Amino acid sequence: MAVIEKDEQDRWDPGVHSYASMGYYAADYEPKDTDVLAVFRFTPQSGVDPIEAAAAVAGESSTATWTVVWTDRLTANSHYQAKAYRVEDVPGRPGEYFAYIAYDIDLFEEGSIANLTSSIIGNVFGFKPLTALRLEDMRIPVAYVKTFQGPAHGIVMEREHLNKYGRPLLGATIKPKLGLSARNYGRVVYEACRGGLDFTKDDENINSQPFMRWRDRFLYSMEGVNLAMAETGEIKGHYLNVTAGSMEEMYERAEFAKELGSVVVMIDLTIGYTAMQSMAYWARRNGVLLHLHRAGHSTYTRQKTHGVSFRVISKWCRLIGVDHIHAGTVIGKLEGDPATTQGYYDTLREDHVPINRGNGIFFDQDWASMPGVMPVASGGIHAGQMHQLLDLFGDDVILQFGGGTIGHPLGIAAGAEANRVALEAVVKARNEGRDLLREGPDVLRRAAEQCKPLEAALATWGDVTFDYTSTDAPDAVPTASY
Amino acid sequence: MYLRHGAFSYLPDLTDDEIALQVRYALDNGWPVSIEHTVDPHPRHVYWEMWGLPLFDLTEPDGVMAEINACRTTFPNRYVRVLAYDARLGRQTTALSFLVQRPEVESDLELTRTEGPGRAQVYGVRSVPARSDAHSGG
Repeated sequence: MAVIEKDEQDRWDPGVHSYASMGYYAADYEPKDTDVLAVFRFTPQSGVDPIEAAAAVAGESSTATWTVVWTDRLTANSHYQAKAYRVEDVPGRPGEYFAYIAYDIDLFEEGSIANLTSSIIGNVFGFKPLTALRLEDMRIPVAYVKTFQGPAHGIVMEREHLNKYGRPLLGATIKPKLGLSARNYGRVVYEACRGGLDFTKDDENINSQPFMRWRDRFLYSMEGVNLAMAETGEIKGHYLNVTAGSMEEMYERAEFAKELGSVVVMIDLTIGYTAMQSMAYWARRNGVLLHLHRAGHSTYTRQKTHGVSFRVISKWCRLIGVDHIHAGTVIGKLEGDPATTQGYYDTLREDHVPINRGNGIFFDQDWASMPGVMPVASGGIHAGQMHQLLDLFGDDVILQFGGGTIGHPLGIAAGAEANRVALEAVVKARNEGRDLLREGPDVLRRAAEQCKPLEAALATWGDVTFDYTSTDAPDAVPTASY
Repeated sequence: MYLRHGAFSYLPDLTDDEIALQVRYALDNGWPVSIEHTVDPHPRHVYWEMWGLPLFDLTEPDGVMAEINACRTTFPNRYVRVLAYDARLGRQTTALSFLVQRPEVESDLELTRTEGPGRAQVYGVRSVPARSDAHSGG
């Protein structure tokens, strides 16, 4: 492609100019407090100048098209142009670069993740001069944060509603994922809740299949939930998955869950940002907690060279307004570098998240008192890891043990009790000032002396670990500043 | 019914020394502690009776322990719980809650069902005197 250099031709001459020369690279640009900021990791095709590639990303995610158009001159063009203002080498990854890009807030519709994403990750990910592109992080300005509802309830309201404080919540996904009849399914809900869990959960792909239609599942699950509440005196919930093929069907299912008295409903990430936002409005309006399963996210979050980081998805989901989101376990069966995962948890829970390149956080982010989202740690974790989980995640997290509850040798209620006793024992020990990582195994063994189900759980799974290298870890050089 | 309420209801009852350690944890975090009691274990019963005002400005557990003991002595057959409150911006809610006494005989919760349309049940829970054959709850 013949590119006309700036000194040879005027900015507005017809034809193809370099993106940098058209104003999409501005090294001296000072981002405004109201700008939306983004960091992309990009890999240019060989021979493509990184500065020009960064400018192209800025251009293609804002006003530019491939050639000069005179109609730009009918606008305050430079106001609407995104500006790449910094380009850095990625430490230890030759051929990859970070581009910092600023977007004026006027580029985005208020309260619309669909619009934000159509700009920022719209066309640009297929742009030919790049072999790969990844949206690493975003700074959402407070002015834009304030145009979103945010979590339907948030962590504080959820705890007050459930009347549970000072410890992580416990859950389990009903297994097997597929095939149980509604009556059998409700039995698992009942046993897990009465044994000591706070929540049980539909799996992401449990919707309304021939073996169990949604309405029957809701009826039997709520029988189990209510029976367990009466037996324990504790509030219980089952995440009734209302994911369906249309908004009309989702609203119908959510309304029925509400009529049955469920404290929580669930959606999958696969329904799309706008549908999620509609359900967040519904959840706020109706006083029902909203659980999000991040089904499908690894197709674009896992590979560090291409896609969208999960820390960005976390940010969008907090704006969208879910109450729960799966955010990784570090020690379980699914992808999760410890530092990266800590970055997700901070993004979801804290009101001010400072820049921390070691955790993959590129910008300071202020949430302006928007309530936090409760992260969910789920996938291949068990009672023997309870001290590690508490040490990693603190109190505001839901720990979900599906196999670790339902696969217990003494039954489902015993599996639930083992997890609950293990949890309370390590919380109590932490509060007493004990060193969890060093003394945790001993705390669990002592608790098991008075709890047969915990003893059996430790004997069955005590030494199971998933020790693999993470695919997605931050690429940052440690310095004194982080 | 053996009531499951608060952060430690699946562990053996806390001794006074153990209670004092939890109170110290709260005070070290800057959380004032309060004491509440009730006869009604209904899970939606939020406002237990307050044993005085929250104990602000304490740094040692002794004063809290004295109030806990006074409450337990006055109401030996009630549930008594200890709450720690976090007033920081962004929290402004209870940070920890646990039982320090339960009645010798605990009442049951009865699940009531009313037939609704389309096989739906309308559920209710109410406290009733203990039945000897009731589930233990765990």
